[in-house]
Amino acid sequence: MNRYLQLVLKNSLRNRRRSMLTIASMAVSICLIGVLLALSRALFYGGDTTPGQAKRLIVHHKIALTQDLPVAYEQTIKKIPGVQAVTRLRWFGGTYRDARDPKNRFAQFAIEPQVLFDVHPEFQIPETEKQAFNSQKTACVASRPLAEKLGLKLGERITLVGGMSPTTLALTLVGVFDAPTDNSSVLYFNWDYLRDSLPAGDSSRDMVQQFYVEAENKDAVGGIAQQIDDVFADSPCPTKSEPEQAFMLSFVSFLGNLKLFLAAICGAVTFTMLLISTNTLSMSVRERTREVGILKTLGFSSGEILSMVTGEATLIAFAGGLLGCGLATGLCAGIASAMRSAPGFVSVVRGLGFSPLVAALTLSIALVVGLVSSVVPALQAARTSIVDTLQYNG
Amino acid sequence: MKIPLAYNLRNLAVRKTTTLMTALGIALSVAILAASLGLVNGLKTVFTGTAHPLQLLVLRKGANSELGSTVPTDAFAILRAKSGAARDSAGEPLASQELVNVANLPSVDNPKGMNITVRGLSATGIEMRSVRLVAGRWFQTGQREVMVGQAVAKRYPSARIGNRIRFGKGDWEIVGVMDGGQSVLTSEIWGNFDQISADYNRQDSSSSVLLRATDPVALDALKHSIEDDRRLNAFAITEKDYYDSQTSSGAPLEFLGIFVAVIMAIGSGFATTNTMYAAVTRRGKEIGTLRILGFSEGSILLSFLAESVLLSALAGILGCLLAMPLNLVTTGIGSMTSFSEIAFRFRIGLTALLSGFAFAIVLGALGGILPARAAARKEILSALRES
Repeated sequence: MNRYLQLVLKNSLRNRRRSMLTIASMAVSICLIGVLLALSRALFYGGDTTPGQAKRLIVHHKIALTQDLPVAYEQTIKKIPGVQAVTRLRWFGGTYRDARDPKNRFAQFAIEPQVLFDVHPEFQIPETEKQAFNSQKTACVASRPLAEKLGLKLGERITLVGGMSPTTLALTLVGVFDAPTDNSSVLYFNWDYLRDSLPAGDSSRDMVQQFYVEAENKDAVGGIAQQIDDVFADSPCPTKSEPEQAFMLSFVSFLGNLKLFLAAICGAVTFTMLLISTNTLSMSVRERTREVGILKTLGFSSGEILSMVTGEATLIAFAGGLLGCGLATGLCAGIASAMRSAPGFVSVVRGLGFSPLVAALTLSIALVVGLVSSVVPALQAARTSIVDTLQYNG
Repeated sequence: MKIPLAYNLRNLAVRKTTTLMTALGIALSVAILAASLGLVNGLKTVFTGTAHPLQLLVLRKGANSELGSTVPTDAFAILRAKSGAARDSAGEPLASQELVNVANLPSVDNPKGMNITVRGLSATGIEMRSVRLVAGRWFQTGQREVMVGQAVAKRYPSARIGNRIRFGKGDWEIVGVMDGGQSVLTSEIWGNFDQISADYNRQDSSSSVLLRATDPVALDALKHSIEDDRRLNAFAITEKDYYDSQTSSGAPLEFLGIFVAVIMAIGSGFATTNTMYAAVTRRGKEIGTLRILGFSEGSILLSFLAESVLLSALAGILGCLLAMPLNLVTTGIGSMTSFSEIAFRFRIGLTALLSGFAFAIVLGALGGILPARAAARKEILSALRES
């Protein structure tokens, strides 16, 4: 057995330039497959859920996110067993300075300051800043990436001109919070301030778009979601409650039919690898026709020759696969860090990581490609008769 | 002295399996590149197809979409009275106040449901668009009736004439299908303005106002007059600018496609190099002979480079042929501006095809350069002795 391995290794290394080129070509393709698999995992399965996310639910209107819910729902939701904290959330698509500059676009949410940090226990903020946010009606807090992006300082005035809401808010920045896993640019301010600044007759005064619910533990999330939706099922505004992760992922469909797109690309890449590997191996085998004849004359069986060619293909594919996985790890990390400041739902890509599972899957694709691509050339080599091969000339 | 191209063509034909395999590898990356460009091109066509050159969209100052804007009814009255607005046959100004929201329906691609724009508008609003009825009838004022665009009818199983769909405060009956050609309107649901705004508790306001100017000069004047009018607190954007900016919805997919095509191309570039090196090795004797016949190192280099480029040209053509059938495919993408799905057809036009072809040629040239140099540098005598 060891003898064959040596022979396989020698054969692989004989035309080093060719082997290197094939390995490089395989590595690039395998890297691509690895990144696409990691991407599918992040987009469709949410990558890794943070412990904070696992306990959080989002309640919105059943028909569409853009339809409002009465703020009074909050009291009903609070009474559902297992619910630890609830905050209303109203999206305020206001304009900060010049909206044509993409830097000035960020998410703005009206919430209840007293419960924001209960619903988001992972947010870190100094106690004094938290107190200031609770006590001043026009206060707002920004996420660290937003504060850094706009160079905001504590005490700074932030004016938001309403789009949907006919009002202009004059806010004061009292705090900046850190969220370890979330790097989005977001500003939170007091819902009461928004409500009171809307004209008395405005029909949307007591309306919100979402409720954030913190469950007591992550196993309770599914049951709570069902109970909330059941309670409001026959009301004028039926709700839909989802775990935060699922809610974020529902935006992925905005990117188009991504599943089909990714599947088509993975198919094309795998097919290309098969072509490349088969082609290289055929070229090698053809060049060695005479050698194969000699091996057969020496008493090597067809089966042994077949397994030697297969072994060579698998070895090269494995090397390409390993190198590809290495490249993919780097590329995933690069994409993830480049997406840190990506807006909105694209930010799910932040969780892009080349996990051991994805690596194993990628590597097995490489091995399968190696094996499958060797079938035709190996049979070719095994089948030729000794006389033919020895007569072969070039 | 130049070695005739026929020599290279014949060589490619002799090694047809290798040639085809290598070419197919490049062809697939060309196809992906062409498809990505075709996708964005298709999306662009739909957005530009929606815009009327003389129409202005009036939104609340600070809003960046119809969905996030509100224009009070008294502002509509002011806007109607502005000079420079075009008029219909009855002498009424071509101005339409519209309410925009979204409904969620399960689609073929997304069984969990996808957003579709719901637009409440008046007869004038319909008149201002080039939309025609293809099935059923138009909705009637005072009834809970809606029209669906042809793309909606095709892509959403529940959007059939006679079916009821749910949005706002209740059910709406679908009474007709309309066709807006290559435009966003084909992906919308339309109903009567008053009826729909009542459902969303928006009796005294609309989302936006659409205005048509008499001519381009009036368009500019109208735009300024709206923005300078302190009573309005609104701004006007040409339909063209509004829809052009939405083309960026396709950017993530385009980026992904180009990213994939480039990485695949690197892989197939290595493969091309391999194939060409094999060709050089196999034809050592031939190269020696050519040199003896008086062909220079330069012409050998050019000849092998030409062979590689020919191979990739074949790949380019193959790739374009592979991508072409996508032109028949309609797909959908979400616009972050309208927060809903826009259906469009791939449009792999001449630009996309030529880009793909050029991409292949560059790939062939890059992949072939090292083997060609190796061929040119062969020692004549040792080359002749090669088996």
